[in-house]
Amino acid sequence: MSLPPLIELRAVTKVFGEGPSAFQALRGVDLSVSRGEFVAIMGPSGSGKSTAMNILGCLDTPSAGAYLYEGVHVEALDRGQRARLRRRHFGFVFQGYNLLPRTSALENTALPLIYRGLRGPARRKAALEALDLVGLSAWARHSPAELSGGQQQRVAIARALVSNPTVLLADEPTGNLDSEMGRGIMDLLTALNARSGLTILMVTHEPDMAAYAHRTVRFRDGRIAADDARQAA
Amino acid sequence: MLASAIVLAFQAIRRNPARSFLTVLGVVIGVAAVITMVTLGRGASRAVADQISSLGSNLVVVRPGQRMGPGGERAPQFRAADIQAIRARVASVTAISGVETAGATVVYRAHNWSTSIVGVDNDYFRARQLRVASGRLFSEAEQRSGRPVCVVGETVRRELFGAADPLGARVRVKGFSCDVVGLLTSTGQASMGMDQDDLVIMPLKTVQRRLAGSNDIGQIVLSVRDQESLERAKAELTQVLRERRRIARNEDDNFNVMDTRQIADALTGTTRILTLLLGAVAAVSLVVGGIGIMNIMLVSVTERTREIGIRLAVGALEGDVLLQFLVEAVTLSAFGGLVGVALAAVSSIVLTRMMAVPFAFDPAINAVAFGVAAAIGVVFGYVPARRAARLDPIVALRHE
Repeated sequence: MSLPPLIELRAVTKVFGEGPSAFQALRGVDLSVSRGEFVAIMGPSGSGKSTAMNILGCLDTPSAGAYLYEGVHVEALDRGQRARLRRRHFGFVFQGYNLLPRTSALENTALPLIYRGLRGPARRKAALEALDLVGLSAWARHSPAELSGGQQQRVAIARALVSNPTVLLADEPTGNLDSEMGRGIMDLLTALNARSGLTILMVTHEPDMAAYAHRTVRFRDGRIAADDARQAA
Repeated sequence: MLASAIVLAFQAIRRNPARSFLTVLGVVIGVAAVITMVTLGRGASRAVADQISSLGSNLVVVRPGQRMGPGGERAPQFRAADIQAIRARVASVTAISGVETAGATVVYRAHNWSTSIVGVDNDYFRARQLRVASGRLFSEAEQRSGRPVCVVGETVRRELFGAADPLGARVRVKGFSCDVVGLLTSTGQASMGMDQDDLVIMPLKTVQRRLAGSNDIGQIVLSVRDQESLERAKAELTQVLRERRRIARNEDDNFNVMDTRQIADALTGTTRILTLLLGAVAAVSLVVGGIGIMNIMLVSVTERTREIGIRLAVGALEGDVLLQFLVEAVTLSAFGGLVGVALAAVSSIVLTRMMAVPFAFDPAINAVAFGVAAAIGVVFGYVPARRAARLDPIVALRHE
């Protein structure tokens, strides 16, 4: 069972700004996530969990320490290489859905495929499959304004899944939803994790939602304060 | 990727049609102005060239002073003896005449008309290949003694006589009466405000005595046998005049000799410079149009920061975003260029009509203006596009 972890942070620190006004967001974080895990990341605002997520998603780089993705030192990659790694392996789901307005669910879902060089018909086919996966194939022609919050988040998840990522990074995916819609989203994520072995890292404030994950990592003051895995995992 | 960038560009442009239109207006006006100016200028050049070439190709014009147009120095005028000397010593001359021009109002009964009175010998008609449609030229006696007789141009006939027959009529010019003996065949050349049928021709002596009040000759017009003898004739004629005007070996001519082609070159040269100047001024407006595009693209990048963040997060590379915004700018400017070309076609046709110059469609300037418009999209679109591409996805996503 000594398979190398999919994701590994080693003594990662992150400092914003310089001199006396510098703010240390991460103060030495060690974290390793294996393929197929469903990890909830919790912690109060300013505890460093969003910074950690940005680094994990290759959107940001650590000030010091190492980030290994499948054994590759991400901190040594340049902006373009990180963008390619991100494109190849990561899907993002945001609290605010971040769908393009005045653009149909289908086109929103197909957006990542434009940047992967797929042609129109292939894009539509893959996007429809992804929408089907989140149970929205009937809403493909609707624009975000015509969808409920839960449906919008499902479109966002479909968009994150359409490119077949290894890791899904979800930043408070249920933060804008009522608890019923939130549970629906969590059921969907759990099913994706169980069915296709999708690795999921999810930031959340709500213990109810974190309970869906196998493992909960708690941040406090730029450090990991607790890392509990549920027995059942 | 490029195809989808173009699709995206059209989506973005359609999303804001009013703004897109105002953005490209600068380029539209710039392109239209450049093309129209150059087309008009070329039309004017062609009009001048046509007019000059209608003079006949073997024509030589000699004027006092060093250059065409009003010169600073007062060079002496020519005399009748100069013309006799040239006729005697330059073998290839087929016709030669002094020309003295004065402006005057010609009156016939209740009508009067302000025109140029041109004093010439009969040789002038031969050199210029002018003919009378009816009536006759001047007789030997009339030329020798400066009788008050005249041949009128078509425009003068129309203005003074209307439907009446001008032949045998008596018109008043300044203080004397003058018999109309001939009507000039219309040359049909009316362009750039210069009507070649708007003149009254009299014997040279008549104009000298009754209008100019001197024996000066302002201009010598002559024709040579053929194109081949032209250069030699000009050289001989220059030599004769230098001797007669006692110009020392190391002095410059105080007269100038020009053949038809040189006159055409000199005149079209002027219009060409004017065309260039007008085109340059118009080109400035094209650049201003480009700045307008840059301005709007910068605003657009700021407005769409969140969209850019989304694109970067779902896998767009820097180059993809750069391409998207660059293509958008180029699409805008190229569209402006196309509309400008169309507008220029309309305005050129209308303006050439109004100015009575030929419409000289020039594919090169249309292509160049359009190309410059598209290039302006690249140049002025690059800075906003790069700004979009360099956005930090984290910051862009958080942007409200």
